Amino acid sequence: MKSKLNLDPKVIDSARSCAARIAAEMQIFIDRHTTVSTERTILRLLGIDGVDEVDTPLANVIVDVLKEGGGLGRGAAYWIGNAMIQTGLSPQEIAEKTASGELELLKLPTCTAKESEEKILPVVLDALSAIRKQTEKREEYLATIGEGKRPYLYVIVATGNIYEDIIQAQAAARQGADIIAVIRTTAQSLLDYVPYGPTTEGFGGTYATQENFRLMRKALDEVGEDVGRYIRLCNYSSGMCMPEIAAMGAIERLDVMLNDALYGILFRDINMQRTLVDQFFSRVIIKYSGIIFNSGEDNYLTTADAYEEAHTVLASQFINEQFAVLAGIPEEQMGLGHAFEMDPEMENGFLYELSQALMAKEIFPKAALKYMPPTKFMTGNIFKGHLQDALFNMIAVWTGQSLQLLGMLTEAIHTPHLHDRMLSIENASYIFNNARNIGEEIEFKEGGIIQKRAQSVLSEAEKLLADIEKEGLFATIEQGKFGGVKRARDGGKGLAGVCVKDEQYFNPFIPLMMGGAK
Amino acid sequence: MSNVCTTATSSIDLTKIKPYGDTMNDGMTQLSFTLPVPYGDEASEAAKQLAKKMGFDEPSVVYSKDLGIGYTYFILYGKCQHTIDYTTIKVPKVEGDVMDRLECEKYIADNIKREVVVVGACTGSDAHTVGIDAIINMKGFHGHFGLERYKGMEAINMGSQVPNEVLIAKAIEVKADAILVSQIVTQKDIHIQNMTELVELMEAEGIRDKVILICGGPRISHELAQELGYDAGFGSHSYAEDVASFVLTEIVKRKMV
Repeated sequence: MKSKLNLDPKVIDSARSCAARIAAEMQIFIDRHTTVSTERTILRLLGIDGVDEVDTPLANVIVDVLKEGGGLGRGAAYWIGNAMIQTGLSPQEIAEKTASGELELLKLPTCTAKESEEKILPVVLDALSAIRKQTEKREEYLATIGEGKRPYLYVIVATGNIYEDIIQAQAAARQGADIIAVIRTTAQSLLDYVPYGPTTEGFGGTYATQENFRLMRKALDEVGEDVGRYIRLCNYSSGMCMPEIAAMGAIERLDVMLNDALYGILFRDINMQRTLVDQFFSRVIIKYSGIIFNSGEDNYLTTADAYEEAHTVLASQFINEQFAVLAGIPEEQMGLGHAFEMDPEMENGFLYELSQALMAKEIFPKAALKYMPPTKFMTGNIFKGHLQDALFNMIAVWTGQSLQLLGMLTEAIHTPHLHDRMLSIENASYIFNNARNIGEEIEFKEGGIIQKRAQSVLSEAEKLLADIEKEGLFATIEQGKFGGVKRARDGGKGLAGVCVKDEQYFNPFIPLMMGGAK
Repeated sequence: MSNVCTTATSSIDLTKIKPYGDTMNDGMTQLSFTLPVPYGDEASEAAKQLAKKMGFDEPSVVYSKDLGIGYTYFILYGKCQHTIDYTTIKVPKVEGDVMDRLECEKYIADNIKREVVVVGACTGSDAHTVGIDAIINMKGFHGHFGLERYKGMEAINMGSQVPNEVLIAKAIEVKADAILVSQIVTQKDIHIQNMTELVELMEAEGIRDKVILICGGPRISHELAQELGYDAGFGSHSYAEDVASFVLTEIVKRKMV
């Protein structure tokens, strides 16, 4: 298709290959390391669930034992396989006996890595088959009850209580929502474990737990069958437990997950080495389970200026795309993020927003682009806020965005009330329907404001990517080039959980998931 | 002061003010809410009766909508019966004149004659830096430059989710003249607890009276700030110059120069 923005394909190719080299360079580092959260994920996928008497998840208990005893570099899968051979117990029994002190994992006789891998293979295949059943269930729903039109209407619930969230989510689905995201409680991203069981207390959101995922999935399937539309569920595979939550999401059939190491580094001060290693395994799981991942570029614009720093968003989208390629994720599962965050006082701001959104669509044509609403310049004037959201919706339908996180007129006041969500769904549905094919009808003036803006953002992004390639991604982040936030390579939270793999290390899931095992 | 003042159209009794729609004292008020009952005539009647109990005469439901789970949303108009005596209203405010950035810089050069150090953070579990960024970061907000831009000022933005202990340690380390605390997400009053804890910790460290302590955020008023033991509180529509003016004049007033 001809570019309406007259973008130069050579510049796009050059930026993309720069990003590919940046990601490949980082992958060398990633492949040499594992983390406590990566190993806990393996344990969870092997079926280890539950908590000890002080509510520490069993996956944490085991990984702590391995880490303290110097066994983490060989990988949790090896130690579980070995223990299965030596004791004849199941992974869950091994975990329980380790927690109670009856079993000392690192003091058992040891087999070879090959023997352990063979022993554990049936358990691995069972886990993959359970995930495969969930993706088949999703495919079956899409084939039978169908889904809403794109842009999908994406709304959040955030009551802190999973049972209250369910009421709000079902109401939103009945009002027309296609995706429900359960916002996590403040600061869960900084916990180095995943809480257990259903939860009813949270601040600004609800704990991501496997049981909460299961309860919400069930509720959305019920309401989806009722309204005749598959309702997607979204949560956060981000923070300190990135891959663990991806695994829980795969097991409980989440459809969309926030997943972006750069976001964690910049906005949650998570150590960059830790989270880039974590991101890789989480993206492999996301790929295997057919989940759409969302990257967090939109957040740069909450701290940096959306007009001046637009090229950093594009550069980061290119990098996120290439990290996803390395995990085998198809374009359709790439929910690259961006946002409508320019100052509403800016003359022609709408034109620049339109240019930016269309540019993303032309550069990533098959991606499930995630478009985020105005937040930074929402004032508490709910009437003007509703108009800002309307302009945002207009651009989304015009430029073919996929996942439309609906703006709320009460942004900057409180987490959405029941009717706030209804009003925002009404706003988007009205505009999407009323202007459905506008994008196919309108072309832009050659060399006009809209074309020139996109060309200049692309060219600046290409330059930035060339600089990053020269300096390396770690160094670039240290200099504060994304979101204006500086982070140190050895700073932030979670570095102690990074470990060099030894020669016998294996993660049985990565090759099978990347190979698309049944 | 006279209790009656004249406007273009009619006279207002400031001891008895009520909402204005298009006629003086018509009391016209718009409101919207949801009731947990199914959409229909009974629901609208319930909304009307509730509005009457709230003190509205002639309430009228102009729109109602089924929210899909047996709940109904309403938009109503009504005439407010109550009045307020405007002449007795008192609101505590941060005192003193606000200087612009250049005036602040000159004030530092003339009256303080050393670098002023300010440490700011969004504390506790709050992950929203929009407030502290608007006050401190070079760029500021809406054309009002942040404190980093001020000559004669060293402003440190520690970002979000900073524990109170870490903020205090930093303030001691850099010999801060002032601490700025931002609180944006305040669900279930978690900000009150968090802000109180900071004051207690500063007292325990023996630095409370050595540092100017300021808080800010959309739910914060100067009155609340003072109740919690802060020197000043800044709500929405406050910019770097408001905070700077207060800090600088306090430094001189307290002879911290």
